[in-house]
Amino acid sequence: MAEIVPLGEAVRELVHDGDVVALEGFTHLIPNAAGHELIRQGRRELTLVRMTPDVVYDQLIGMSCARKLVFSWGGNPGVGSLHRLRDAVEHDWPGPLELEEHSHAGMAAGYAAGASGFPFGIVRGYEGTDLAERTRVRWIECPFTGEQLAAVPAIRPDVGIVHAQQADEAGNVQLWGISGVQKEAVLASRRSIVTVEEIVPALEPRPTAVFLPGWTITAVALAPGGAHPSYAHGYYDRDNAFYLRWDEISRDRESFRAWMERHVLDREASPV
Amino acid sequence: MTVATPMYTADEMMAVAAARRLRNGTVCFVGIGLPSQAANLARATHAPESVLIYESGTIGAKPRHLPLSIGDGALAETADAVVSVPEIFSYWLQGGRIDVGFLGAAQIDPHGNLNSTVIGDYERPKVRLPGAGGAPEIAAWCHETFVMLRQTTRTFVERLDFLTTVGRPRGGGAGVTCVVTDLGMLEPDAQTGELVMTELYPDVTAEDARQATGWELKVAPETRTVEPPSDVELEALRALEPTTGETVRT
Repeated sequence: MAEIVPLGEAVRELVHDGDVVALEGFTHLIPNAAGHELIRQGRRELTLVRMTPDVVYDQLIGMSCARKLVFSWGGNPGVGSLHRLRDAVEHDWPGPLELEEHSHAGMAAGYAAGASGFPFGIVRGYEGTDLAERTRVRWIECPFTGEQLAAVPAIRPDVGIVHAQQADEAGNVQLWGISGVQKEAVLASRRSIVTVEEIVPALEPRPTAVFLPGWTITAVALAPGGAHPSYAHGYYDRDNAFYLRWDEISRDRESFRAWMERHVLDREASPV
Repeated sequence: MTVATPMYTADEMMAVAAARRLRNGTVCFVGIGLPSQAANLARATHAPESVLIYESGTIGAKPRHLPLSIGDGALAETADAVVSVPEIFSYWLQGGRIDVGFLGAAQIDPHGNLNSTVIGDYERPKVRLPGAGGAPEIAAWCHETFVMLRQTTRTFVERLDFLTTVGRPRGGGAGVTCVVTDLGMLEPDAQTGELVMTELYPDVTAEDARQATGWELKVAPETRTVEPPSDVELEALRALEPTTGETVRT
């Protein structure tokens, strides 16, 4: 059963240096507050997993938290490059970054396999691309039809971290709107942290929402505004202006560091 | 301003030309940027019943303004349904339910293969690009795929630095059937599959297109001249302008 704890405590107890960590969120409900806590606590040598690494992964990479990135699309959506990610890959700053890249379909299949306890997922893809040489896929033959398919290894992070709108006092979680691969990321992970906008006495069931029972989650932490600059459907909108500003802030190593000092390192975790 | 000066930009011409290719009722898997602009323009003009699918899992999205990202709230709020990312890529895309995939890219080769991964060497890239995203399976499993990118000798290259997406895949669809640029349109030759310039915008010559291409470009014997954007198209396009930057954190 999920324990409701302060975010700082959840990160301290559940995320260790060298872990494979997935902070998931597909544009919506990106766990930015949890990412900032990883930075404040100085986690190192992490393998960061995410289909769509954006600003918070740029920050983790630029602050030397990551050794490796497993991903399928790494950019500032609608804006352009992630400059810290590029600097790490192109110039080894602040250190080298190993890459394992997939297509979205491949990574989604890897998560679904991880959540299902299967050793791999299957995709009709990768064939003929240079990606096949650069990533972890193998070819298998369908035992029924003989069709050649790509097998993608299951994604099984040590820790899955997602953000949701609400939890109840028993640690059950409900999230709605664009739900990405959050359910799969939590179920595929050995340990999990869910940050939430709000803890309510009782969840009001929403027919199309993703529901994660408290017994599938290790820790729930209150983090209002914890998805910003992404958004929490029903709570606040995507701060598109910030994503545009990030392009300027992150372009230069000095201005990046200064921004991180001021807005992340010098701040406390969200109060509880 | 003289009468001869076009009242539209090259990018607007590009969006309009691409939008016209979408038939009403088309089910379209849309990438962000130019493809999203063109698909929404089609929906706002001649193709109101088109179904726009974004990889964030929004099916039948009807944004009034262009979203900045593939997962803006406006997409979810206006969609017929919002499904998970594993579902959109399995049941819907690989399941063969989508008519047209609409992609951008950093480089294209004569056979419509696309690079969106790196410029330069993979291990030591000159420019690390965002990567594959949904593109490889979109091109493989949509019934056909349209590509939009500006035509220069840096983007239209004989040999890609990295092959991210196969132009004529073995999948369920026809692959890349149309490339819309800021000069005109290319389509693959029925026999060889090589891209041929088949349409040019007003005031663009075949020589302009050759100059902007990094290989020996084939031009159709009789290229069609694309109609300039109509007032209705331009008005609809400009009304879609993104709300970028206006969002305030509440």
